[in-house]
Amino acid sequence: MGNILNQIGIENYIFLSVLLFCIGVFGVLYRRNAIIVFMSIEIMLNAVNLLFVAFSTLHQDAEGQIFVFFSMAVAAAEVAVGLAILVSIFRNLGSIEIDKLKNLKG
Amino acid sequence: MENNLALVLLLSPFIGFLFNVFFGKKVSKGISGAIGTIAVVVSFLLSICFFAQLNQNGKGFEISFFDWIQVSNFKLDFGILLDQLSLLWLLFVTGIGSLIHLYSISYMHDDENMHKFFAYLNLFIFFMITLVVGNNLLVMFIGWEGVGLCSYLLIGFWYKNQPYNDAAKKAFIMNRIGDLGFLIGMFLIAYVFSTLNYTEIQSLVVKGETNSSLLGVAALCLFIGACGKSAQLPLYTWLPDAMAGPTPVSALIHAATMVTAGIFMITRMNFLFDITPDVQNIIAIVGAVTSLVAASIGLLQNDIKKVLAYSTVSQLGLMFLALGFGAYNVAVFHVITHAFFKACLFLGSGSVIHALHGEQDMRNMGGLKKYMPITFWTMMISTLAISGIFPFAGFWSKDEILMTAFHNNTVLWVVASIASIMTAFYMFRLMYLTFFKEFRGTEEQKHHLHESPSLITIPLVILAVLAAIGGAINLPGSMWLNHFLEPVLVAKHEAHHLGTQEYMLMGIALVGALIAIVWAYSKYIKQSFVPKEDNQITGFSKTVYNLYYVDEFYTFIIVKPLNALSNFFRTTLEPALGKLVFSFGTLANGISNQGRKIQTGSVGLYLFVFVLGICAIISYLFIAR
Repeated sequence: MGNILNQIGIENYIFLSVLLFCIGVFGVLYRRNAIIVFMSIEIMLNAVNLLFVAFSTLHQDAEGQIFVFFSMAVAAAEVAVGLAILVSIFRNLGSIEIDKLKNLKG
Repeated sequence: MENNLALVLLLSPFIGFLFNVFFGKKVSKGISGAIGTIAVVVSFLLSICFFAQLNQNGKGFEISFFDWIQVSNFKLDFGILLDQLSLLWLLFVTGIGSLIHLYSISYMHDDENMHKFFAYLNLFIFFMITLVVGNNLLVMFIGWEGVGLCSYLLIGFWYKNQPYNDAAKKAFIMNRIGDLGFLIGMFLIAYVFSTLNYTEIQSLVVKGETNSSLLGVAALCLFIGACGKSAQLPLYTWLPDAMAGPTPVSALIHAATMVTAGIFMITRMNFLFDITPDVQNIIAIVGAVTSLVAASIGLLQNDIKKVLAYSTVSQLGLMFLALGFGAYNVAVFHVITHAFFKACLFLGSGSVIHALHGEQDMRNMGGLKKYMPITFWTMMISTLAISGIFPFAGFWSKDEILMTAFHNNTVLWVVASIASIMTAFYMFRLMYLTFFKEFRGTEEQKHHLHESPSLITIPLVILAVLAAIGGAINLPGSMWLNHFLEPVLVAKHEAHHLGTQEYMLMGIALVGALIAIVWAYSKYIKQSFVPKEDNQITGFSKTVYNLYYVDEFYTFIIVKPLNALSNFFRTTLEPALGKLVFSFGTLANGISNQGRKIQTGSVGLYLFVFVLGICAIISYLFIAR
């Protein structure tokens, strides 16, 4: 089973994860469209999931993969809720630009 | 059977109270009064039953109703003790109580709140019985507080009159000071003996395994409690003011029964006071001084009830004098005779006031003898009794006190003798001003003068008879009372054998009283002297007339500083404290006002800060490694 890591080293998985995560972070920080922010968050989540799977293979331990299932399920639920919120925001404001969401001002 | 009877004896007045509270308004005044009276008469009859039984087998008994308090080694049950002492008290409390209830039916008939009056009176009798029959100090304390409450309610019975309310409050507060003493004394006793039961304490004291220094303090505290309830120096000022209550109340509570509670308590705890001679000395001195001070104030009072009130304080002082010498049976004897003649005098004064439609100033009385013969003669007998004229009841009891004083301390004997001579003087002054010469009131009052109805005169006659022959219970020859009390009071003082000395003492007291009476006669009958108007009194007599300015002194020394202190707290301390507390609020408010500016509401900024925070944490974790 460990052979797949022989073909592509673990470092590459880590690099890819970090890269994906950073892309996600920058997406969250720079994009103003709430849906794209959401997608960026998903990318960050998937980067972490990838890392989980890679290490799970490295350590020959299934726990990491189980954890990934959990995080995917949670992500799916989160997306469902998040999109519902976005829909209602859009209905109220006619826009999903996050700069316009100033109602949380203290 | 005995348990049930004792329970009925205790609860009968309480049932009367409940009836008058809940149904008194619905039934007629006559029924309300009758129920109240019957409730007390039942107690009286049962007391007689128990008394007869006690006379037969000569032994008191103790009934425990239930376990009351149980904390580690301290155990207390709620029970009653019916022995010679408590039965004696029961007899005259319920007996005189019955008579006064009877009297009140007529006296209070015009009052719209008559049912309330009877409810309070019944409640008072209930608490007084509790006080007397309890088998431990805590039960006594319940009664003690209860009678204080009833006294307050009854003094302020005519609550629409503000000075009366003030008098009620004064009585309550003065009593509270004494009650604190009682409480502390009780705590000390509980601490030393781990019990409050009389018989248990007595047996422990007799064994002698006690810490005597603490016991002295306990006895002193108990005495302070007695001072409050029995109106001794320095807590006596409430009693004269208590005359604001209806006259039957003055007769029942502030002359015959409640004010003797202090004497009862000290007599009950005699074994404790016997081993604390210092406290006994204090009691004797306080008693003698009180009796002199009160008697001297009584000399110049013009309110008929005030004179009687001060004479009560003075007589109570004499009783305390006897207690201080350890002559408990003598004090008890005087309590009983005093209850007879003082109740009669008060009821008589009530009859006079009733006839004059509320007039209490003796300067506006006079010449009532021919209008109210029964009242006059009954009061005359009682006056002779209180003045100590042979052979009326007061002569015997007062004489025993004076004899005891003479054998123990000549100075106090002189003080007490002067006080009792003064008593004779002011009592006859009262009689002469009220009943002799011409009527000095208005024409309209004169027109309405009449003898009181029979419900008022019957109790008067009964009490006058008792005042005349009451001394028979302890005549020097037979000493029935002393023998009767022997099981309870270990008589240290042998009954005085009548020698030359004793006859001489009797003679001195008698001659002194007669001289005082003659003097009063020459002043108020021969010279037709009528006390001056308030503003014409000068010199020392003004000081006396104004009660030695004791009230003013108390106002100056306690009330004023207290008011100043509370004023200081109200105007200075409270606002300062308020500011301090408020400043915390202001501070928190200011900080959060700054803090809320961080919350811009911009989601983008939040996300940025969020990422920055994560970066910071991660960098920190790397560096911290």
